[in-house]
Amino acid sequence: MDVLLDNLDLYGPFFWTTIKLFLISGAASLIFGTFLAGLRVSPVPVFRSVGTTYVTLLRNTPLTLVFVFLVFAYPLLAILQLSYFAAAVVALTLYTSAFICEVVRSGINTVPVGQAEAARALGLSFTQILGQIVLPQAIRSVVPPLMSMLIALLKNTTIAAGFSVAEAGAIRQYLSERGDNQLIGLLWVALGFIVLVAILSMIQRTLEKRWSVAR
Amino acid sequence: MSNVLFDVPGPKARFRYRLLAVAGVVIVAAILAYIIYRFIDSGQFSARRWDWLQYAQVQRDLLDALLATLQAFALGAVLALIFGAIFAAGRLSDHAWVRGVSTFVVEFFRAIPLLILMFLFYYGGPALGVSLPPFVAVVLGLTLYNGSVLAEVFRAGILALPRGQSEAAYALGMRKTQVMTLVLIPQAIRSMLPTIISQLVVLLKDTALGFLVTYPELLYYARYIGSQGAFGRPIVPSTIVVAAIYIALCLLLTALANYIERRQRRSKKRGEVARPPATEEVLGVA
Repeated sequence: MDVLLDNLDLYGPFFWTTIKLFLISGAASLIFGTFLAGLRVSPVPVFRSVGTTYVTLLRNTPLTLVFVFLVFAYPLLAILQLSYFAAAVVALTLYTSAFICEVVRSGINTVPVGQAEAARALGLSFTQILGQIVLPQAIRSVVPPLMSMLIALLKNTTIAAGFSVAEAGAIRQYLSERGDNQLIGLLWVALGFIVLVAILSMIQRTLEKRWSVAR
Repeated sequence: MSNVLFDVPGPKARFRYRLLAVAGVVIVAAILAYIIYRFIDSGQFSARRWDWLQYAQVQRDLLDALLATLQAFALGAVLALIFGAIFAAGRLSDHAWVRGVSTFVVEFFRAIPLLILMFLFYYGGPALGVSLPPFVAVVLGLTLYNGSVLAEVFRAGILALPRGQSEAAYALGMRKTQVMTLVLIPQAIRSMLPTIISQLVVLLKDTALGFLVTYPELLYYARYIGSQGAFGRPIVPSTIVVAAIYIALCLLLTALANYIERRQRRSKKRGEVARPPATEEVLGVA
């Protein structure tokens, strides 16, 4: 308890950074991932292969490697300088959206064929079918896997600690400088994550109940 | 399924699609060209920065690093499979206390970020008077985290089997252990094999976290080479090389998973053992 109470000035702001990282990159990867899923089911073959290539590459690259590239290698290219926090958001978004894309795509596959057929019979265009008919139903049916992706994203934010972002994973480093017990400090961090994951699982259950599609 | 979303294109739509395709190619090509231009402009593609790959010593070290990654992967994978099997059995046990303990362990290790687990073993050890080498910390972390995920995969596989399987086995007079080992587990493993392998891909990718606890694996070596002034600090080339190695390894494993999935679909002997939908998506992330 002492380790936590003595270092509340660390735990508070650092966990807040974690939550900010999670919210920003979560929202960004939901948007980008859905966009990628749209590419992967689009009528234009080139769009499909672009989407597939992106997903294959990013899904098979370790997130730590994406971080190393963005933090150590990318600045050498002198395109647009990113702060450490921004680099972490970009890395997490690039990586997570590849997984979100696959979840959304599997959701699109669960929507009964008749829905899209009826929409086509009404003369809706591809973007209208996807945006107004299929995606709303698809997202509702993939709430559980989508939430597991977001939970994975939350846990993945700890990797940013290795790349100069002052978030929950970095608490240990500061504790060691202050000479506190790192084991107990880390256990508190672990507990913090268990609480956050529990909150997300609760949101998942509520959404699932409210959005479940009766078929 | 995707072809249900749009009609077979007529002449007008084909023209439009072709225009869009051209626009798409131009945009992607422009982005790639700009990035490559930046690479060239900042000298990342100069011969000096790629020179290091030609040194025999560097090649040997790179191989050693690859070996270190594979060692952590192999040991972690084997231990995680064992851990997963034990705790899946525990969660399905008839004894409430075994179920309770197993559920707690599995849920606990699944909720903690893998990196924090590795930190716990690597940096937390000394507080208890034991200091573990990075390799042990990495393997322990990989085992506990991926083992817990695999336990859920195994359990889902067993629960997804038709009830008739276990009922028939009990009707034949088999004991619970026999039902499990002779009837349920062999079928569950077959139906879950693709998911199990994609979890192993995750495990392979997670070995890169060893970088953050100073385990000298591939990524660590890439960073090391990338900071060598003698080679012109080739961090961009070295990350590209290592990324290619990782992607190749993961694609090999994924190809294996796909091959097994296809072979299973073809075999007629296998009954309708429906995998719960989206298990892969539910569980298959680092």
